[in-house]
Amino acid sequence: MDNIQILIDAPSLALQLAIDGILIGAILALAAFGMALVWGVMNIINIAQGEFVIMGGYATLTLTGLGIPPLLTLPLAPVVMFVVGWIIYRIVIFRVVDRDLFISILATFGISILLQQLINQIYGPDIQAVQSGLTTRFFFDDALRLPEIRMLAVGIVIVFGLGLAVFLKSTRMGRAIRATSQNPRAARIMGVDTDKVYATTYALNAAICGAAGSLIVMTLVIGPFSGIVYTVRSFLIVIVAGLGNIPAVIVAAFGLGAAENYAGFILGAEFQVAFVFGLLVVIIVGRNLLLGRQRKYLK
Amino acid sequence: MTRVRNDYVLYGAIGVAAIAAPFVFPSFQIQLSFLWLMILFAMTWDIMGGQMGYNSFGNILYFGVGMYVSAVVQVGLFYDVAAYTSAAGANIQSFTPSQFLWGLALGMPVAGLAAAVLAAVLGAGMLGLRGHYFAIGTLGLGILAAELAGAWDYIGAGSGMVPPLFPDGLGSRPRFFYFVLFGIVVAAFFTLRWLYSGRFGLAINAIRDDEDKAEAMGLHTRRYKTVAWGVSAFFLGLAGGPVGAMIGFIDPRDTAFAGTTWGVFMVLMAILGGKGTIWGPVIGATIFHVTQELFWTFLLGWQRVAMGALIVLIVVFFPQGIMGWLRERMPERFGHRVEDSPAGPGD
Repeated sequence: MDNIQILIDAPSLALQLAIDGILIGAILALAAFGMALVWGVMNIINIAQGEFVIMGGYATLTLTGLGIPPLLTLPLAPVVMFVVGWIIYRIVIFRVVDRDLFISILATFGISILLQQLINQIYGPDIQAVQSGLTTRFFFDDALRLPEIRMLAVGIVIVFGLGLAVFLKSTRMGRAIRATSQNPRAARIMGVDTDKVYATTYALNAAICGAAGSLIVMTLVIGPFSGIVYTVRSFLIVIVAGLGNIPAVIVAAFGLGAAENYAGFILGAEFQVAFVFGLLVVIIVGRNLLLGRQRKYLK
Repeated sequence: MTRVRNDYVLYGAIGVAAIAAPFVFPSFQIQLSFLWLMILFAMTWDIMGGQMGYNSFGNILYFGVGMYVSAVVQVGLFYDVAAYTSAAGANIQSFTPSQFLWGLALGMPVAGLAAAVLAAVLGAGMLGLRGHYFAIGTLGLGILAAELAGAWDYIGAGSGMVPPLFPDGLGSRPRFFYFVLFGIVVAAFFTLRWLYSGRFGLAINAIRDDEDKAEAMGLHTRRYKTVAWGVSAFFLGLAGGPVGAMIGFIDPRDTAFAGTTWGVFMVLMAILGGKGTIWGPVIGATIFHVTQELFWTFLLGWQRVAMGALIVLIVVFFPQGIMGWLRERMPERFGHRVEDSPAGPGD
């Protein structure tokens, strides 16, 4: 492995990879928040998560095309995606909330295919990006390079994480969401409109993904078929961090981002996506084998 | 006794129709071959998803592995594989009819066995997973395989691989593959019918209904699960070779490990027809394939969007499938079967 030797010889490169990975991981954390929220409250694993992320990116792309500065689209893309999420809930998701997990996985898988093909039809199959207009900062005699947009991304993630925690903790809707996630039947008896809670949760998830997508189109690239990788990344982060643990989600996301970057460098960029899926299989099988010693299994 | 005779009449009628079909509709032979492939997809998925309650989204893995293994065997018997794939498109070596037939005759069983062995190896870890973890884990496996095949130069990496082309002098190319695929489906159908009718069928149904109880009753659940996945993988791997040769080009993401098309279709077709029945997948695949071909003709570019919508519609509004619906409507036709939730979605 020559590339490992390079990393050892050039610590600044190793540091650069780690920091780049962490900054990308911050964006992944956003999508993972959303997935954990929907999973925890509605008991649905949203396979269309990645497509929501990608659609957030395309929302920014379209709005920029209309002449709005890219950074101003950062608050707009979540609004667009909130509406999209609400509509999808009203058409499909509310029918599968109480059904078993297999139905909801397959239904969201169908939505995911529908959305990616729709994007493909509208925007074409090419990968695209938007220039944020921010510059890159250099540190330590140019040995370390930090694009400002990525630092902004970390800030946004922390704001979102705190905002989400406060929202769930102290607003009326937040309390309703928590009550519903504990016991939907009891919540309904106590007068919580669970249907509205589910709609808000799902739309909120789409909005969070929209913000992530908006950041991704400015830092990386997006294409109609790159959604599923974000779904798997969010899923990975959530199963490592657990449901309802916001700081752990952020840490796991940073870790995944850094690990992925190292893997991409050491194995070659063409194996980076394969690494994510390999990691998924290894982690769930590994955790399951550990539980298997106590004759339990992942639930 | 009449029941059995009815069965043979039905099999005879389907057999005659299937053998006559390529001669009656010579211009639809390719579509008819794909119909058999779809039926095979649905049937092999149903072993796991319908009969055993393990919803796999990654069974396409074994199909792709079979396709590549068969192509590599076919080429490797007569040429150097790495040189062959690196020259892709430029000067593809030709194969004489006997070289082609021997290659396919050897490649198919090797591919089937390779897929089955892979299923046993992967099953050691994967089959311990339950419910949605199994579903998402297998989904990951399928995409992982596509990514790895797309990055491995030996088999052509992302630019794909051209399997040995069908030589002149063996008659009609579509008709040849039609009968190969038909043969595989017939073999798979009767193998499954035999498996489901005995202890094996009862065991995997018990695993579907309650795995912990099945284990407590002394069933070697892991052994049954591995065999079920292996059987499923074997037939998928077997079909991989001829399909690769029929299409004439193996793309890692769009032909071999086509997770978002065939990989989902196999789940959908089994659900549409009715999970956990022997005829359900056959009926579901037939209806689905005909519908798909109609979409393909009339929707020009929007067919995949329509496919996504169709998936959602079927899953949300018709999860019990055609056989499940029939069983609800006329239970007496299905005999006195004591079942709480006939063909309903398992847990």
